[in-house]
Amino acid sequence: MAKSGQSLGARVRNTAFSALVYLFLYAPIAVIVLFSFNTSRRNIVFEGFTLDWYGVMAGNTQLMDSLVNTLIVASCSTLLSVIIGSLAAVGMYRYRFRGRAAIDALLYIPVVIPEVVLGIALLSVFSLANVPLGLLSMIIAHATFSIPFVVFTVRARLSGFDASTEEAAMDLGANRLQVFSRITVPLIAPGIGAGAMLAFTLSIDDIIISFFTTGATSMTFPLKVMEMVRSGVSPDVYALSTIIILVTFAVVVTSQAIRYRHQKGQEHTGT
Amino acid sequence: MLMASQAIVELKNVDKRYGENHVVKDLNLAINEGEFLSILGPSGCGKTTTLRMIAGFEQQSSGTILVEGEPVEDKEPFERNVNTVFQSYALFPHMTVFENVAFGLKMKRTARAEIRERVQEALALVQLEGFEKRYPSQLSGGQKQRVAIARAIINQPKVLLLDEPLGALDLKLRKQMQLELKRLQKRLGITFVYVTHDQEEALTMSDRIAVMHEGILDQLDAPSRIYDFPATRFVADFIGESNIFDGLASPQGKNIVVTTEAGRVLGQNSGGFEEGEQVQVSVRPEKLRFDSEAREGFDLEGTVRENIFVGTFIKSILLLSSGQEVVLTSLSGQAVPEEGRSYHLFWEPSDAVILHSRSQEIWSTIANVDLSGFSAEADASADAGSAETGGANAAPASAGAASASAASASATPAAASAPAAAHRQKARA
Repeated sequence: MAKSGQSLGARVRNTAFSALVYLFLYAPIAVIVLFSFNTSRRNIVFEGFTLDWYGVMAGNTQLMDSLVNTLIVASCSTLLSVIIGSLAAVGMYRYRFRGRAAIDALLYIPVVIPEVVLGIALLSVFSLANVPLGLLSMIIAHATFSIPFVVFTVRARLSGFDASTEEAAMDLGANRLQVFSRITVPLIAPGIGAGAMLAFTLSIDDIIISFFTTGATSMTFPLKVMEMVRSGVSPDVYALSTIIILVTFAVVVTSQAIRYRHQKGQEHTGT
Repeated sequence: MLMASQAIVELKNVDKRYGENHVVKDLNLAINEGEFLSILGPSGCGKTTTLRMIAGFEQQSSGTILVEGEPVEDKEPFERNVNTVFQSYALFPHMTVFENVAFGLKMKRTARAEIRERVQEALALVQLEGFEKRYPSQLSGGQKQRVAIARAIINQPKVLLLDEPLGALDLKLRKQMQLELKRLQKRLGITFVYVTHDQEEALTMSDRIAVMHEGILDQLDAPSRIYDFPATRFVADFIGESNIFDGLASPQGKNIVVTTEAGRVLGQNSGGFEEGEQVQVSVRPEKLRFDSEAREGFDLEGTVRENIFVGTFIKSILLLSSGQEVVLTSLSGQAVPEEGRSYHLFWEPSDAVILHSRSQEIWSTIANVDLSGFSAEADASADAGSAETGGANAAPASAGAASASAASASATPAAASAPAAAHRQKARA
């Protein structure tokens, strides 16, 4: 009723406003995609369609190496932060111990602290501990800022968790390890998944902390792009960006589809 | 009543403390094989803690728990041959009904074919055939309850522990499930230890009832004995409705004359009462009689304040000269006292239970504190508070060392429950 009661003018206004918001959000992305197919090297005018830049991109070993490095760092730091973060969340949920509140508060520090500070801090720790700067130091650095996010998402999931399900499993003969693997982990899996996705995305596009903790041979994709921008961006970077956008888009669509199916299943089951 | 010779579960001097909070106090309880035993009490009385100690989710602070004659202190919950039905059902939401019920067998590495067969059997037992593939979120409350029961009996435990399993169901379904559970228990021959705060539920289902009150086992007996012969004032008050009169005893042959603030009354002498001892007389509303003439041995008068029609019977509230209110019920069709008129009240001496007051003296002292200056609002909040802090201020009940003034014969207002009164006293101080 509210909808049909709207005047034509109001509807046009609403549509126009929404269109502007989406234009604002997606126009830059569209430009990148568009210019990745541009025959001109200069990204001012679109001169003609070509797939050449995708070939150039594939041939740019430095760029490809940086992408590989990024994926290695992101995967490893995600894995590390998911393991540590999930265990921390479960432990803090289940046990009441001295200093629990303090640990809780301290978890927010890496989230709110300026990245520059965290970057410098990590750099000095690595040099103090004689950790060579490279992939390993970056993995550790990325895990450091990702762990709190995993703890938060897993803990959000745990807040709706009925602890008596664990007791029930134990009552039925499952030992602690079996309870954890068969009951706890499956039930907090959505939280772990969300935390992993956050950690992965945070790691993939991190520049500041990577800048401080990278070594000579461990250039990541964002750092490489930064470096290339100084001498003007070449369209092969657009090509790689377009591919990354496509992959991201696919991931988002898939996860939404899974969620939708899950929700529909639950609605269907609701009594 | 099932009489079995051997105790399948035995609690010996079991204590449980959470820091300052003494939740279970020196509990001794022997549960017979094959019986349906209910642990009944208000919230915070320690009944769930007791159950959780038997299951192994809580460790007793001291004392011993024996299951099948063996101490279980060192056994983890998954090593104990008891299973639990949880109040919240605690079904595994990510598993189907089949997987839920099969869980216990899977943990025991039972062969697949046998698992299928036994799950079918268990589901048939709780009338849930055809629900195997459903998820818990697709079930109603009653169905979830049945799955929880099927899951708990799949391993054929010697003892099934049930923690207020019907608490979340509506009244009608609860009544139906009560009968079903009872039938199931008889059929399986498993010992049921059933925790509830619902006295009617306990009376309907149990072979024996253990009434708990602030961590103490007040009485362990058959339902009819609990109802007819309550051992403590708390039991008399908690199970059904009771009129309780405080007074001083004077044994005279087979009867005891009790002098209360409202007048003299009679009760049967079950022995062990001393001259001048402080006692309580507990009379059920349906045993209380009225007449315009005084009866031999009774000197109790009450004015009818109101009559309330409650379906099959009529409930009359009478005000005694002491200010105490008593409740009298008459069946529909019987003579009913007229509102506003005064009557002599009496009962068969054998219908009155006389309770030793020693362990309870402190309550009456507290209840007799003049509270006239107190607003009803303060009382209400004190009552609400007592439910939560009940465990904390329980100690006086067993103290037994009350001053002589405690033995004053004035009657306690029937409505005021002892712990609530204690709380009020505390608030006042």
